[in-house]
Amino acid sequence: MRINCPLCGTRDRREFTYYGDAVYANRPAEGAPIEAWDDYLHLRDNPAGETRDLWYHELGCSAWIEVTRNTVTHEISATRLLTDRKKPAKRGKKT
Amino acid sequence: MRYSGFRVISEGFFGNKGWTPAWRDPDPKPEYEVVIIGGGGHGLSTAYYLAKNHGITNIAVLEKGYLGGGNVGRNTTIVRANYFLPGNQEFYSHSLKLWEGLEADLNYNVMHSQRGLINLFHSDGQRDAFARRGNAMINQGDDAELLDREGVRRHLPYLDFEQTRFPIYGGLLHRRGGSARHDAVAWGYARGADQRGVDLIQNCEVTGIDIVDGRVTGVQTTRGAIKAKKVGIIVAGRSGQVAAMAGMRLPVESHILQAFVTEGLKPVIDHVVSFGMGHFYISQSDKGGLVFGGDLDFYSSYAARGNLPMVEHVMEAGMTLMPMIGKAKVLRSWGGIMDMTPDGSPIIDKTDVGGLYIDCGWNYGGFKAVPASGWCMAHLMATGDSHEYARRFRLNRFVTGHLLDEEGTGSQHNLH
Ligand SMILES: Cc1cc2nc3c(=O)[nH]c(=O)nc-3n(C[C@H](O)[C@H](O)[C@H](O)COP(=O)(O)OP(=O)(O)OC[C@H]3O[C@@H](n4cnc5c(N)ncnc54)[C@H](O)[C@@H]3O)c2cc1C
Ligand SMILES: [Zn+2]
Repeated sequence: MRINCPLCGTRDRREFTYYGDAVYANRPAEGAPIEAWDDYLHLRDNPAGETRDLWYHELGCSAWIEVTRNTVTHEISATRLLTDRKKPAKRGKKT
Repeated sequence: MRYSGFRVISEGFFGNKGWTPAWRDPDPKPEYEVVIIGGGGHGLSTAYYLAKNHGITNIAVLEKGYLGGGNVGRNTTIVRANYFLPGNQEFYSHSLKLWEGLEADLNYNVMHSQRGLINLFHSDGQRDAFARRGNAMINQGDDAELLDREGVRRHLPYLDFEQTRFPIYGGLLHRRGGSARHDAVAWGYARGADQRGVDLIQNCEVTGIDIVDGRVTGVQTTRGAIKAKKVGIIVAGRSGQVAAMAGMRLPVESHILQAFVTEGLKPVIDHVVSFGMGHFYISQSDKGGLVFGGDLDFYSSYAARGNLPMVEHVMEAGMTLMPMIGKAKVLRSWGGIMDMTPDGSPIIDKTDVGGLYIDCGWNYGGFKAVPASGWCMAHLMATGDSHEYARRFRLNRFVTGHLLDEEGTGSQHNLH
């Protein structure tokens, strides 16, 4: 598996650390109800198909990257910097 | 048909023509008292104990593929009771006791072999933690012995004790730990359930769960609709998808775990050896193959096959620990889909839907749990109450904060 870092280009999966579902980027506000924390920490859609998750380019530029990935084929269809999440994701094969 | 040594010999005289299939292959009936979704180890043992312990025999086990084609037939078969937390301890302790009587109970050779499990440690701090774990195991009534370096050397002289990264300080020996033949466990429970009248229905995928006024009424399948008063979801890596059919979102993420086997060799590894610091463990099957594995591939996946970085990592760890295996040839590797929970412990509970129960979240430790999980799930489905040994495996523990984080690694599904 190779992942396209928006800053460094396509690199081997070994350079990246997987964190988990992209929901981890939506930390509830302080004082949010317990259910919001349950959603954030525990409950998962866990799709067999397209998912979005967070990877850290640990052995590269140290950027946090949101990867759109297929959990059945392992195909990666889009990546973007976590800081660019407000912009639409760039689609298309980059591997 | 009862199996026995006499039977094996007498069949040998008559060309082995007297053996009959181990279970029937029935068509689904329109209605059952209980439907179990998933014909893996846990689904089959649940059906078996519902029939045996609770006298409920009007049961169908619906399996989308073939019996034992899931993780129960893909795992590396370590059976142990070395858990630390109250809640896990008594459950796995009960499971090991059931294992010890399983072959007589099922009249089936599951090749349960209590060859001893040794967990290695590599620092003073880790030794203290293992001593504490060993004491907890003894308090629970199970067995544990702390070995120093020379003690480990007596059992496992072939390890590289002087390796620089993780020098071996000692190990925790669990003599009643060991392994079993994975397929035989599925087949033994299947045969036992079938003999008690349970319908085992293969090639039957559940595609929907019917709910009326908050109560389950049956399931939709690729072989037609089947009505049921009670339904159990016991589908391991597919738990998220099947629970979604009932509108549920689970604290489960599916991950891939790989395993490897070499060509058959003469007996060389007598125990189950686990090298936690290197994420590596190994045993030798009765056929002679070295069976070993490591950690998850770490990213969520339904691919049932792994990626190369973990293959490389596992081989490196094996070579670090026991360089003697370097000349063995790896024959096969494969992967299974693990139902990972955020605290690494399982769920055996009712759901908010009346008559709908769930047994999932086995992470990569669910093989040893097959007997006790079926025992406790059957109790829950028959009586409506959690069994005392599974009382902490609640679905709502993530909201109430009563997590069972055995490894203390925090709420992240891939870290357990
Ligand atoms: C490589 C590897 C090594 C492991 N090593 C160990 C070990 O050493 N010790 C240990 O204790 N555990 C180990 N495990 C974990 C253990 O194998 C699992 O936790 C356990 O087998 C899961 O329960 P099960 O047997 O019921 O699952 P499965 O056998 O996967 O059963 C689930 C069944 O549900 C069926 N199903 C799914 N969806 C549907 C549907 N919609 N309709 C009908 N049927 C459906 C599937 O086809 C499958 O047969 C390992 C796992 C793997 C992959
Ligand atoms: Zn980068």
